[in-house]
Order: sequence, then structure tokens, then C-alpha cells
Amino acid sequence: MGIFAFSAPDPCNAFITRIPEAEYGDGKLAGVSIAVKDNISTKGIPTTCGSKILEGYIPPYDAHVVELLRAEGAAIVGKTNMDEFGMGTTTENSAYGPTLNPADRERVPGGSSGGSAAAVASGMVAMALGTDTGGSIRCPAAFCGIVGMKPTYGRVSRYGLVAYANSLEQIGPMAANVPDISLLLQVLTCHDPRDSTSITAPYTHTPDPDIHGLKIGVPEEYFGKGVDPRVASIVWEGISLLERLGAEIITCRMPSMDYALAAYYVTCMSEASSNLARFDGVRYGPPADPKKQWHESFQERRRDGFGKEVRRRVMLGTFALSSGYYGKYYAKAQSARRNVAADFSRLFSEVDVLAGPTMPTIAFRLGEKSDPLSMYLSDILTVPANLAGVPAISVPCGKVDGMPVGLQIMGRWCADERVIDVAYAFEEGVSA
Amino acid sequence: MISERDVLHIAELADIGIIREELDEFTGQFNDILDYFDILDQVEAGAGAETGLYNVFRDDEVVPSLPPDEILGNAGETEDGFFRAPRVM
Repeated sequence: MGIFAFSAPDPCNAFITRIPEAEYGDGKLAGVSIAVKDNISTKGIPTTCGSKILEGYIPPYDAHVVELLRAEGAAIVGKTNMDEFGMGTTTENSAYGPTLNPADRERVPGGSSGGSAAAVASGMVAMALGTDTGGSIRCPAAFCGIVGMKPTYGRVSRYGLVAYANSLEQIGPMAANVPDISLLLQVLTCHDPRDSTSITAPYTHTPDPDIHGLKIGVPEEYFGKGVDPRVASIVWEGISLLERLGAEIITCRMPSMDYALAAYYVTCMSEASSNLARFDGVRYGPPADPKKQWHESFQERRRDGFGKEVRRRVMLGTFALSSGYYGKYYAKAQSARRNVAADFSRLFSEVDVLAGPTMPTIAFRLGEKSDPLSMYLSDILTVPANLAGVPAISVPCGKVDGMPVGLQIMGRWCADERVIDVAYAFEEGVSA
Repeated sequence: MISERDVLHIAELADIGIIREELDEFTGQFNDILDYFDILDQVEAGAGAETGLYNVFRDDEVVPSLPPDEILGNAGETEDGFFRAPRVM
């Protein structure tokens, strides 16, 4: 028992809302301070999703994961900054200002869970929850030098997560080290009938660093065009460490990487165009003008309430689903998605896990990625795991120009345990 | 190529308000992004939307729900226990 209170200001703008005094309880997370990304519902605590359109919204219920955290004694200390509705790779697309990277405040922390990553990396909190639709946990973990994991799709309930792209997103743990990730995942994985994609697969594992005889596949595409050679080199050094620890390294190919990113963006934009239709100013958020005609009021509310990236994705998603274009975009993206899943299945019949960089570069400078397409392209290495629903983790793997680099480990569906073991072996190997 | 007119039409379909000054920027960006999506043309069309997914049903049991005043608490305008929305007609 006890009370958590922030002892310092928030120089990186990691939080949208901070709780003045948060209480600890009893349980596995007694005495642990946890920050929660602001798209996860917290009863009585404002939840904005980084958007003006939800300014002032106070959820009347807790997300399933928040219930689980509270039940295990964690103190929920605040809500972290994020790209609006999770749409971004830098945490610059927030109505509450950008979050800065604690390692260099001229640079972005990555996104969209940039506030959670910065809060952990700067030592403000012990652990955090993020959400990962196409890399939004792993990217900021890599850029800020912490550990972040996207669990197997379905293993963590999405009840109370404000939906952006349901078929891709998962809530997951972010922390300074792998044992903390493992502890948090133990608490988060619990079947929940309120999420129809929730599976019964509790994680009860304790990390085991013995990886003798493990087969690690390294897809060539993860070291291809667009990957900074300095990042590639340091990640290869990391993979060599895994080899010295007893793993067998096997290079392989993942041909669906050619179109995985396009498939990802068509899918998430399409799902977003449907999900975000609920923000009409009627039930929550700053109200629409009831004296105006429906469409006029609706359009005005969304023009003023959503940022440009959200509007771009909603419009492109609407287009991809529209009559005459559905076959060219959405249907093709779903075929491509199945090819990505088939690539993973084929590779996982030969190797136990796959390894490569989490991000192709180090953290960008603030404002560097002003063109949307160039920002999308930086997600190329993280989106395949979301398309296939498999678990993936990013673990710190050295620095380039003083900025952290992440090693990504991807595993078989529901083999989160194995992914954590490899990350743990690496973490222990680096510090040995 | 999609035109500014197309973008206005999409904005109308999506009920996303757009102002004249943004049209040029959105149109250029949409064309760049859609050009990139053309890479999907090389993917062979699959067997429909078959994904191996199946529906998960539960029994329709009455369970406690949130009280109406809490649900209405975040709304801008309410009337007699209902949300008040702009007129449709």
C-alpha cells in the first residue's frame, strides 16, 4: 500500500493527464507505478486519444486491462501522450503537443505510444501500457531505448480500447527490462468475454535465457533498401551475440514484404474510416451544433475536432472501401495479408523465431517526416507481425549517433513465451 | 490520378469537413499514397475474404449495465433521458 506522487515535472510532455496522487494496492504489481496510453479507457480519468474531438471525455468504465492492473495493486499514475487515435510514427500528431525523446529532446520518441515510451525511458514510471496497430509499441520502445512488446492477437482483451483498426491492434507492455515485460504480460493476459477476439491463453511464464539449439531466422528483407547501414550493422552484431549464446542463425526470405506495408495501410485506413464514424459530437466530446442540419454539423465537428492525419486516413479508407475501388484496394490488401501470414507459417516451420531491426533508422528529428508517405514507409519492419497476428518484441541493441536502436524478435502465433526468452537471453548477454 | 473534385466527393462520403485551402495538399498526398498502393496490383486476388476466422457467440443473458445518467454524462445535449442530435431532415 502507499501513494505515488510525481516528484518532477514532465519535460518531454509524456503525459496528457497526470494523477496527483495514485494509490497502490496489493498483488503482483503492488508498489508499481504504471502509465496508461490515452486511448485506453480509465473510469473517472479523462481519455482523449490525443484528439480534440474527445476533449473533456471521462469514461464511465475501465478497460479490461485497467481492471486487471488495479486488481494486482498497480498505481495508475496518468495517461500518456500519443499520435491522435494511434495514427502516426512520431507522437507529433497529438492535439496536446509532441512528446520529446528523453535521449535527445530535438528528436521524436517514435509513435504512436511515444508518451508511454518516454515516461518509462525517463524513469517517471516503472512500466506503461501501449497499443500496437502497426508497430506503435515497438517503434517508440526502439527509439527511446526500452523494451516493448506486441502480444499475440487475442491474448490481451481490447475491451475499453478506443478502436482504430480492430483486426490489427493489441494492447501490450512497455518497461525498462524483459522481466518487467514478462510480469506485466502475466497480469494482462486473461480471457474476456467482452472482446469476441479474446482467446483463452494465459501467460504464466518466467523468462528463461537458455537459447541453445534455438533456430533464429533472419529475413534478408529486414536488411534491405531503406534500412540505415549503421542500424543494420549494430543489429547484425546483436544477432551474432544470440549465435554466441547457442542459437543457430539461418538467413531466409520473406517475399510478401514487397507489399506488406501497402496491405497494412489499406486495411488500417479502411477500418479507421468505419470506427471513427462514432465521433459525431452527439454522445461525447465537444458537442455538435444541434440547430444545424445533420451532415453540416457532423462535418464541421469532424473538421475542427480531428487533425489532418486522422482526416487523411478516414478519407483514404472511405475511398478504398467505396464502390468501384474495393476490389483494387481492400480486397487485394486482404489477399496480400494472407500471403504475409503464409510467409510467416512457412518460415516458422523452419525456424523458431525471426530477428531483425525494429525500425529502419534511429529516431527522426522533430518535423523531419512532414510528408505522410515517407512516414508510413518507416513502419515497414513492424507491420508484418500485425498483419499475421504474431507476437513481436523490441529490445535495446546498442546506439547509433547516441540514439537507441531496437532488435526485433518475432515468434509463432501464441509463442509469446519463446519471444520473451530470446529477448531475455539477449538482454542478459549484453549486460554479461 | 484523382482530382480535387474526387477528394471533395470522398470528403462528402466520409462526412469529413474540408476547407478549400486544404484541397491542393490533400489531393497531392492522396495521389502519392494511392500510387504507392498500386503495388498491390501484383497480388493475385484470393478466394474472397476467407480468413479462417469464425464467429464467436455467447448466450444472450441480461447482465447489469451502466446507469443511464452515467452514459448521458458525456453528452453535450440531452432531453428526457435521450441524446439530442442535430436534425436529419
